[in-house]
Amino acid sequence: MTAVTQIPEWEAAGLRREEYERVCALLGRRPNPTELRMFGVMWSEHCAYKHSRPYLKRLPAAGPGVLRGPGENAGVVEVAPGLAAALKVESHNHPSAVDPFHGAATGVGGILRDVLSMGARPVALLDSLRFGPPEDPQSRRLRDGVVAGISHYGNSVGVPVVGGEVLYEDCYGANPLVNVACVGLLPASRVLGSAAAGPGNPVVYAGARTGRDGIGGAAFASEQLEETSAESDRSAVQIGDPFAGKLLIEATLEALETGAVVALQDMGAAGITCAAAEMSARGGVGMVLHLDRVPRRERGMTPVEVLLSESQERMLLVVQRGREEEVLRAYRRWGLHAEVVGQVTADPVLRVYDGDALVVELPPSALTDAPTYRVPEEEPQTRRALREVDLSGLPVPDPVQALLRLLQSPSVVSKRPIYTQYDHMVQLRTVLPPGGDAAVLRLLEAPPRGIALSVDGSGRISYLDPWAGGAAAVCEATLNVACVGARPVAITDGLNLGNPERPEVAWELAGVVEGIAEACRVLQVPVVGGNVSLYNESERGAVYPTPVVVCLGVMEDVTRAVPTGFAAAGDVVALVGSDRVSLGGSEYLRVVHGKVAGAPVRPDLALHRRLLDVLARAAEEGLLRSSHDLSEGGLAVALAEACVAGGIGVRCTLSREFFGARADLSLFGEGPSRVLVSVPPERYEAFAELCGRCRVPVRLLGYVGGDQLRLRLPDGEVIVPVAELRSAWEAYR
Amino acid sequence: MSPGASLESDRPRSGLPTPDPRFAVVVFPGSNCDRDCLHVLRDVLGYRAEFVWHEEEDLAGFDAVVLPGGFSYGDYLRPGAVAATSPVVRAVRRFAEAGGLVVGICNGFQVLLEAGLLPGALVRNRGATFRCEWVHLRVERADTPFTALYAPGEVVRMPIAHGDGRYHAPREVLEEVEQRGQVVFRYVDRDGRTTPEANPNGSLHHIAGLVNREGNVLGLMPHPERCSESVLGGQDGRRLFESMDRWLRERARLTAGRTR
Repeated sequence: MTAVTQIPEWEAAGLRREEYERVCALLGRRPNPTELRMFGVMWSEHCAYKHSRPYLKRLPAAGPGVLRGPGENAGVVEVAPGLAAALKVESHNHPSAVDPFHGAATGVGGILRDVLSMGARPVALLDSLRFGPPEDPQSRRLRDGVVAGISHYGNSVGVPVVGGEVLYEDCYGANPLVNVACVGLLPASRVLGSAAAGPGNPVVYAGARTGRDGIGGAAFASEQLEETSAESDRSAVQIGDPFAGKLLIEATLEALETGAVVALQDMGAAGITCAAAEMSARGGVGMVLHLDRVPRRERGMTPVEVLLSESQERMLLVVQRGREEEVLRAYRRWGLHAEVVGQVTADPVLRVYDGDALVVELPPSALTDAPTYRVPEEEPQTRRALREVDLSGLPVPDPVQALLRLLQSPSVVSKRPIYTQYDHMVQLRTVLPPGGDAAVLRLLEAPPRGIALSVDGSGRISYLDPWAGGAAAVCEATLNVACVGARPVAITDGLNLGNPERPEVAWELAGVVEGIAEACRVLQVPVVGGNVSLYNESERGAVYPTPVVVCLGVMEDVTRAVPTGFAAAGDVVALVGSDRVSLGGSEYLRVVHGKVAGAPVRPDLALHRRLLDVLARAAEEGLLRSSHDLSEGGLAVALAEACVAGGIGVRCTLSREFFGARADLSLFGEGPSRVLVSVPPERYEAFAELCGRCRVPVRLLGYVGGDQLRLRLPDGEVIVPVAELRSAWEAYR
Repeated sequence: MSPGASLESDRPRSGLPTPDPRFAVVVFPGSNCDRDCLHVLRDVLGYRAEFVWHEEEDLAGFDAVVLPGGFSYGDYLRPGAVAATSPVVRAVRRFAEAGGLVVGICNGFQVLLEAGLLPGALVRNRGATFRCEWVHLRVERADTPFTALYAPGEVVRMPIAHGDGRYHAPREVLEEVEQRGQVVFRYVDRDGRTTPEANPNGSLHHIAGLVNREGNVLGLMPHPERCSESVLGGQDGRRLFESMDRWLRERARLTAGRTR
């Protein structure tokens, strides 16, 4: 016989001893087993942001046009007179590691309902994905599963996936990152929220029935993954049904049309427990719930199972008293379950009945006010050393070979084989499709206005310099939006890091958040919401700290949207923005020299702000034929991509003064705030003048034309046919 | 007037206004191009168009029915299979038998095949993945109510977005379909050639769209509603709806002329 060690009840529920003691103090008694399990999930990192909350307060949340900031299910910002956009990003990293297809699919479902919870119709999805190298069959399996899952859910619900990014690094092999963002539209006058109100108002459960799936999913997402996770944690992964998700969207929007809905929230992480607790706490009221009225898929479910189930496609609503039938009718018309399961009470107490038995009685704020932790931050010596590695002695390779290798790098290659698996056109808004710097969607409600969307993350840079990485993610996302001709109005951020209880990760978290915060302050772009995913760590180590930033921009006229590719022979090609580049943390350094080292360039935020302004104005004035931001692979890769996208060549001369000491630094070095533009020759003077007025450096490089990329260097020439660039760039693995 | 007949007529024009044709856009649970089709018909083209719920059993008063794309009833069993048994599709069958114009787009095409209103089947794409992209199509017949405003043999661009769009039929059915000239759209390259690369899903004979024998029911995988406005990258789809409108007006005029 093996000895059985008795695990303390708080530990079994996922709490620390001191947390358990705090629960007892808050309640003035010991929680019963059901209540204890509720605290276990509500006080998990996933639900409570215990380690990140203190940092997130630093993010600037206010700004002109912000209708709802952080703390709601999604941020809401005005995008046209009377028209608002809701946006939110969320991670589904842990579930996707265990079950890539369903993990990613339910991630899409969840983020759609967060946006729906604000009263918005979802109109766009974006995905930001990180995997191990595609040479590893396991990484390819994860990637293909995740892409299929997003495709399955997004296509079925009829919400286009209009943009995204896919990058590969060893550190994501055991911990893939799956961040999905959603944008929805709604009348600015009808922004809803999740704060319950009105004692006596009925509480309505709507959507799919409740089953035993996903129980404890939030707690699972707050732990490190073990090697055996794929088998043992499968019950913690929910299974989504996009058909039910689609019906829930349509039925909920129809229910909102009645005007009888007071508040609503998705039942996501921690299910009905989280929805009831958060809605009550936000409204400063209480709630009575009758579990026997909750539609169920299975018999014999215990109160704990019903309370913690993370079954998908369910919403909780507070409805005006006496008008519940109108709301129930909308859901039932769409073939969904809808029941009154409780009511709002004036006293701030959450009471849950199972039949006649009172099984839970506690203040909702106790569930939502989890303790926060500050771990001493400490930069590891090794990281500093890595940043200070001397790169000046590296051999300079043949530029053509290096360029072709970079174009074939899995992180650089065309993602067309991925985004063609997503319906990116449904809803008839997509003016600039995926594959460019940012997607542009027209606003049918306010023509010819449009919105631009981009998602960008920065793992490697954040690893070397968390502040630079946080700022770089904001800079790149805002720059992409500006490249197509829009002005950034809001961002939502997703932070993906390792175990926050380690001082090294705390240091990364602090730096990344400060970088985002500083960039947003200077650029005057508010952070209207976000997501934090911690414990992305396994026996093989932690992921790079990976901030993912989704930027929403607004443009006055979508017909002025600027594409990525060169378009007309004779157009002037120029480099606009910063001249500062580094090999530190660059794609070139990793691909060609196999190194992740050096100091990345920290952005000049004031210059970046001026650059954003120049690009939006130039687009509005119709000066630009194309624009493309410089990112992985630097100037040479950006030139190659603009040639391939436009199907036309370019001829440039790089002066010795510009070129500097190392060919590879000029060609492949990376730095923020740099954009490649092409301008009709007769407009170039006006464009250069605009840059001068706005104090943004501009450098004429050459002209569009021919069918080759020709770069005259101080000591030689790079000549590659566009066809060869294309075949390298299309080498998707 | 039979659907295949010429739009130009030597009958005397009555000169009296005929009522605008009325379009129905069917909404199944899981349809997701219903709003798009309504937008194009009503907001872009200015037609009379309305949603019709899947439980509707009567299409009286409508002149044309659009079965939109999406995943009707979650595409459970097979794409379009559940929808084919719905009340509204029973009504669509009667409507088609009476000579009404019916167009099924993407999932709507799948529904028409499952309902037996068109011959053949649509199976999983060659390559097994969903594909959303622009394709080139050759207009094989410009004498149908849906294509009169295209030129015969014209190459047009339209988007596709489907996972189950590979047209399949037994050899004898395929031969009959070809013999009777029921193929309306074929996947081709930009020069109009049926190269293997131009076939996005492995459809037999590159079939992208076909009509029934009578010529009043069209099914196609590409999405004409997604290319009816230039801001979305092309407007080759617009003429499909305009052809329908023109044909219906002509029919109404002729009917009015006959009854007077």
